[in-house]
This record gives sequence, C-alpha cells and structure tokens, in this order.
Amino acid sequence: MAKGKSVGADGVSIVLCGQAGMGIQTVEGILTGMLKLAGYNVFATKEYMSRVRGGNNSTEIRVSSRPVSAYVDRIDILVPLNKGAVSHLRDRIFADTVVIGEAELLGDEVSGAKLKFVETPFTKIASEIGDKIYSNVVATGTLAGLLGMKLDDICEYVKRSFSTKAADIVSNNVKAAQAGFRLAEDVAARAGIKINIIPDAGVKDQIIPSGGDSIGLGAMAGGCNFVSSYPMTPSTSVLNFLAKHGHDSGIIVEQAEDEIAAINMAIGAWYSGARAMVTTSGGGFALMVEGVSLAGMLESPIVIHLGQRPAPATGLPTRTEQADIELALYAGHGEFPRIIFAPGTLEQAFYLTARAFNLADKFQMPVFVLSDQYLVDSYYNTAAFDVSKVKVEKYIVKTAADYKRYEMTPTGISPRGIPGFGKGLVCVDSDEHNTEGHITEDLQLRTRMVDKRLRKLESARAEIVEPQLYPNRKYKNLVVCWGSTYPVVKEAIELLGKSDTSLLHYSQIYPLHSKTADYLSKAKRVIIVEGNATAQLAKLIKLHAGYDIEHKILKYSGLQFSVEEVTVALKKILK
Amino acid sequence: MDTNVFDMGEIDIAWCPGCGDYGILNVLKKALAELDIAPEKLVMVSGIGQAAKIPHYLRTNFFNGLHGRALPPATAIKAANPSMTVIAESGDGDMYGEGGNHFIHTIRRNPGITNIVHNNMVYGLTKGQASPTSQLGFKTPVQVAGVMLEPFNPLAVAIALDAGFVARAFIGDAEKTKEILKKAITHKGYALVDIFQPCITFNKINTWQWFKEHTYYLEDSYNPLDRSAAFKRALETDKLPLGIFYTNPNKSPFEDNVGIYQQDKRALFEREPDVNRLQMLIGNFRAAG
Repeated sequence: MAKGKSVGADGVSIVLCGQAGMGIQTVEGILTGMLKLAGYNVFATKEYMSRVRGGNNSTEIRVSSRPVSAYVDRIDILVPLNKGAVSHLRDRIFADTVVIGEAELLGDEVSGAKLKFVETPFTKIASEIGDKIYSNVVATGTLAGLLGMKLDDICEYVKRSFSTKAADIVSNNVKAAQAGFRLAEDVAARAGIKINIIPDAGVKDQIIPSGGDSIGLGAMAGGCNFVSSYPMTPSTSVLNFLAKHGHDSGIIVEQAEDEIAAINMAIGAWYSGARAMVTTSGGGFALMVEGVSLAGMLESPIVIHLGQRPAPATGLPTRTEQADIELALYAGHGEFPRIIFAPGTLEQAFYLTARAFNLADKFQMPVFVLSDQYLVDSYYNTAAFDVSKVKVEKYIVKTAADYKRYEMTPTGISPRGIPGFGKGLVCVDSDEHNTEGHITEDLQLRTRMVDKRLRKLESARAEIVEPQLYPNRKYKNLVVCWGSTYPVVKEAIELLGKSDTSLLHYSQIYPLHSKTADYLSKAKRVIIVEGNATAQLAKLIKLHAGYDIEHKILKYSGLQFSVEEVTVALKKILK
Repeated sequence: MDTNVFDMGEIDIAWCPGCGDYGILNVLKKALAELDIAPEKLVMVSGIGQAAKIPHYLRTNFFNGLHGRALPPATAIKAANPSMTVIAESGDGDMYGEGGNHFIHTIRRNPGITNIVHNNMVYGLTKGQASPTSQLGFKTPVQVAGVMLEPFNPLAVAIALDAGFVARAFIGDAEKTKEILKKAITHKGYALVDIFQPCITFNKINTWQWFKEHTYYLEDSYNPLDRSAAFKRALETDKLPLGIFYTNPNKSPFEDNVGIYQQDKRALFEREPDVNRLQMLIGNFRAAG
C-alpha cells in the first residue's frame, strides 16, 4: 500500500499473530464473521504450532472487493499480540506493512525498528472499560473501522457473538468495539493508508465454512451415517463437525481405541448396511493400512478422509504437506482397485466427499478424500452448497435364498446384499474365497477372483472427474497441480497475466484421467506444482500417462505455497 | 428350531480330528436352535486362526475379518442393525493377543454382542507357539526356555472393566457349556464366554485329562452379582473355576447409547438422510462458523 493510496481490488492482507490461547481466534472469528455478513469477500487461513499455550501462531485474513481464496505472503496490516510475533513473521513484512500494536507489549521488536509502527493503546482502552480481556475486541473494532465497516453493523455483530454471556459482558464488549472503531480514523491517518474495499451484496447469501466443515457436510450429503475415528490433527475437525451434528442427523459417531479399530468398525458398518467413513492423518492412516486391504478383499465400500501433514512419523503435526499420494495409492498388501479424490476448493471438498460415498457403494472399493491441513483449516465465502445436486445412491440389494455375495459378473461388481435384508446369507472373508464367500484354495478360482476385483477399476474409469483447465483451452505453457494448491496457483497464473499459460488442476488423481497425455502433450512446456519433495503426481503421470514433466516447483517446509512464491517460480521458468 | 438349519452339509473341515473346536461348533448350533435364532438373523464375526474358521462350518451370515480384529466390526454390525444377533468368536491368540486392545475397549464400549473365545493355551494355525494364556514354563519352538510372561487372565480383566456378563466353560462338558452360551447370547450387552478347549496337536500339557483335573464348577450358592467376589474367584488358578463368574444387569448397551434409536428403531440401511436438516446446516454457514 503506497502512502495515502486507496486499496481495493487486490484487497488487504491482515495478519494476527500471538501465542496460542491469547485470543487470536476471537478476533479472527468476530472479524471474519462481521465482514462476511456485511458483504465483504473474506479468506482466512492459519499456521500454528503443535502446542496448547504459548509459541507463535498466526492467522491471515484477506479482505477484498473480489473473491479471494489463496494464501499470500504479503502482509498489509500486522497485528502482533506479543513479543516474538514480529520476528516470527519477519520475512513477510515489507516496507509498506503497517504494524498496529502496543510498544509496551512488543518491546524492542517495534521500538526503533524500521517498521511502519502505529501505537494503538488496545490494553489501556480495555482496562478503562473494565478488564484488559476486552483488548482483542478493541482491536477487532479498529480493524473493522479501517476496512470501512459501519459502526452499527459492528456493534450488532459483537452483541450477537456474545449473546450467551451476561448483560454487562455484552455491553462491555460493545463498548470495546466502539472504542476500537473510533481509533480507526486516526490509525489510517498516521499510517497514511486509505482502504477502499467494496462490499458485494451477493456475498451475504454465500456461506463461509472451513475445508473441514465442507468435508463434513459433504459426508452428510453423501448419506454418511457412521463415523469411527481416532483424533489426529488435521483430520479431527471433520470428526468434531460430524460429532456435533451426528446425534440430530442420525449419524453414529464413535471415537475408537485406535485407528485399527476405527477402520475395522467402518468396514463392519458397511457390511451391516451403514454408509461409513473414517477421518485420519498420515500416522493414523498407516495403522489402517491392513484394513484398506481388508476392504479390497471383502469388496467393501469404505470412505477414507486422509488429511495430510508433514511426515515421516509424527513430522510437523500442525503443518501442511501433499506427500501422501503414494501412501494412499499403495496402502494395503496385494492388488485391488481404489479411487482417490483431492479437492482443491471448498466446493470440491463438499461435492467430492458426497460423491465418494456413492462411488464406494457402487464399486465396492476404498475411496479416498485426500486433503491437508491447509485445506481443512482455511475458509472463505463461497456459493452455498446445493443439496439438490447431490443424490444419495444406494446399491444394496435384497437377497434371495440362493444369494452369492461374490457372484461373477462382466463388470466385476457383484450385487451387494447385507445380513438381515432378504432370505439370503451374506458371507465375507478376508481369505481368498469362492462366490459364496467361503475360504478356498482353488487356485484357478483365485486367479478369476483377482481379475474380478481388478475389473471394477475398469468400470470406475467411466466416472473419473476430469481435470479442470483454466483459463484458456489453447496454451503454450501448462501448469499442473492437484488438491489444495489450486486457488494459490490459479491466482499466481492470474497475476502472471500470460495468455499462453494455463492451469490444469486434478481433483481426482486416481485413476488418472485418460485425457492426461493429450492435455500435457499439447503444451510446449509443462510445469508441475506440488507440496512435496519428490513430485508424486508427476511420477504418477509418468507411470500412467507416459509423460515426463520437466519443470517442478516443489515445497515441503510445512507451509502452503504463497501466491507470490508460485508467481516468482513460474516467472523464472517462463522467462 | 432344528439344529440342522445350521448344518453346512458335506464340507471339508480344517480342524484336527479330536479337536475341542468340534464340540464348540456342535454346542453353539444347539444353543442357537434352542434360542430360535434363525441363520438369517445371526452374524458370526471372527478373526484369524483355527477357531476363527468356525463361521465357515455353520450356515449363517458371517464376517471373517482380520487377525485380532473381530470385535470392532462386530460392534459396528450390531450398532448399524440392532435387530441382528451378533457373535464374535475366535481363539485366545486372536482375541487376547493380537486383538488385546479391542478386547479391553469393547468391554468398556459394551455392545450387545457375545464374545466366545476358544482358549487352548497355545497357537494352532501357526503351529505351536505360546498364546497369551499359555502357562508359565510352557515350552514351544519359540519359547524354547518356557513361557516367561505372566499368563493373561481374561476373566479378571473383564470383571475389572465391569463387563456385563463373564463366564468360563470347558467343552468337555457340552451340556453346561450350552447353558452358559444361551445365557450369554440372551444377555443385553457385551458377554464374554471363555471356553477351555484342548489342542490335541500342539498342547501336550493342557489336555482333556488336564482340564478335567484342574477345573471345578462354581457352587450353586455362588452369587454372580458380587463383583469383588467374582474378581477373587477369577484369580484362582488351581483349580480353575467354571461357570458364570459375574453379571451386571444394569448396563445399557452401546447401540442404545449412540442415541439414534430412541425415536426411530429402523436400522441404518432403512433410513434416508434428512435433506432439510442438511440444507439448514449449510445455511448456518452464512454466518462464520
């Protein structure tokens, strides 16, 4: 932001940084909530340490006149809440970054430093109102004022946010927001900024769920009625969401003793007629691997939400990475088919999770929803999910007395009965089995059973989600990405502004779409962007589409790519 | 109901001639027939091992899953469709060793399933290694100097966790075993029946004769509602008591506790998702979550 220059279309990037438990989430929740309701386009994402108290955690909130859904490095306004915050974000602070805070709290990090520091007495104001605990709401009022919100809207929202609290607490919070709002004009003048973001009436009707919420809602839309899982960051938010709404929505939600129990329960639930899911992350999923193989052998549907985080082993528990394609693809001993989705937007998270249940049921195989910490924890305004576009497809048959669970069929898909529905018996076995589900060591039958199971993958190929090409159908340069990096790479391509460069995003990575080779061979130059160290999708493409991608932009520090980072890296290759 | 509804006809059974498993199979069929449980309304769940093959020898629905993992799917099968009778049956290695964690937590969870464990104090299918219940000093190709680990005491563990029904039987007494099984199957909630069953091939110590000499039945005046007394009896090792050690009739099973069957008794497969509720939940995200 140049001095006095108005800011609008590009929006503003506000970063709150403080220790865990200091109230960043209060500011974030209230600010994003009131902005969204007032019609502002909002995006928020967080990076945090694996601890309950202390450390340095930060949340980025982007507010813009147009929709935004990607992480940027740039910080326009930084609100550090404690000492250490400025150092923590040093690399992202540039000459025009306005730092708002209290010198007394921040010490020599801001005093005398070459920063555009604007002293704002949040704590003093809060203490005058009655308790320094209100300082977070004072800061919220200031930020909302800077962004051009109306005081009435701010007060109304604060009232609503604290509506369950005692009357004096509500009125003190409103006072705090008002006092903060009154600071805004002065802060803008001292910082030499004028923010001009135009709200959009259409935003009001949109929704603002996180990636985790979107996956949870998608599961419900897919008819999920049984969830068994063991808590593990970052997949737990999906478990929390379904647990919160499970009781009223007829969903059994059980915290299993371990991930082994979780997946075996889920497979048992499908056998008994439920539509079940597990939600887990790398190490937890590693424990489920034998269960994945069991689903392969029993020909059981199972939906696995795998929230990726940096590994090996415990890795960086609260950070993000895209390094588990190969884990998901090869998990489980033996050969059997599977499907892997990798949503990149909240919309995809919802619709693909719902679809996962239908495909799992139809093809009787494991279906993965591969997300990551970044996708699960980020949120922004998006069109309300349309339930009427999702149909719960059930493939259970009523059995006749002579029912055979593994009847041979041309598609490999045997009609799936469940015990207690019909006159037949439903027999499933982890050993190699005959058509009735009984143990066999007939080795010719064994060969036919392997072929039958693998034939289902050929059937599933007809329903592969096509990768999304953006913006031009004609291109010289093609940038390929998958999963959560989609909005980041998309914005980088927009910034790049090269009409000969397009993006190809995969939201289903296995089976790989048959047009892959066509898309790639049309380009003169292909670049892949992946959040891992070994370019796992590039390897998959080489294996299944026979195309060797030359240029790779890879990141595996534990943080998501920023828009700027991808832009610079693309420029270097495309110069 | 006639026992033969459960007969498989001419089949190849993988158990050794003279194995205690045959007795358990016969007694189970009789118990089920006497309780009028139709094969279509029963699901047998097992893991891996010689005992875990039992569902293949009895005409009913079955889920023969992974080694050690019979209890989690059995729990879910019951929870997804509470009208079914669910029996999880495997050997001591499968239930107490590989599946030990599930054994503990399934008791805590208390699903309405019957957990039958064939206890022969040895591994059969892997040919003669120690099981969690093998006695101290028991020599095997792996435990060459004899077992040094404290034998697992399933009954004491189950009573410590307040399992609703805890019993031990010896298949040398078919009639009494059948009566115990019938009570276990009709118990509302989790029921454990540990059944002594000699392995005639790999356990030359704990033989039919040995079990006869080293067991006795709890006396008629024994009160199974007294948990402390039950725990004390479960700790006895010579001789080993048989019978129903402990019952707690006041426990509510998992499938009742999950909270979705109070108003609607239908099984999960008979239900459709509540689209209006989902639409409302989505709408709630108009304000930030």
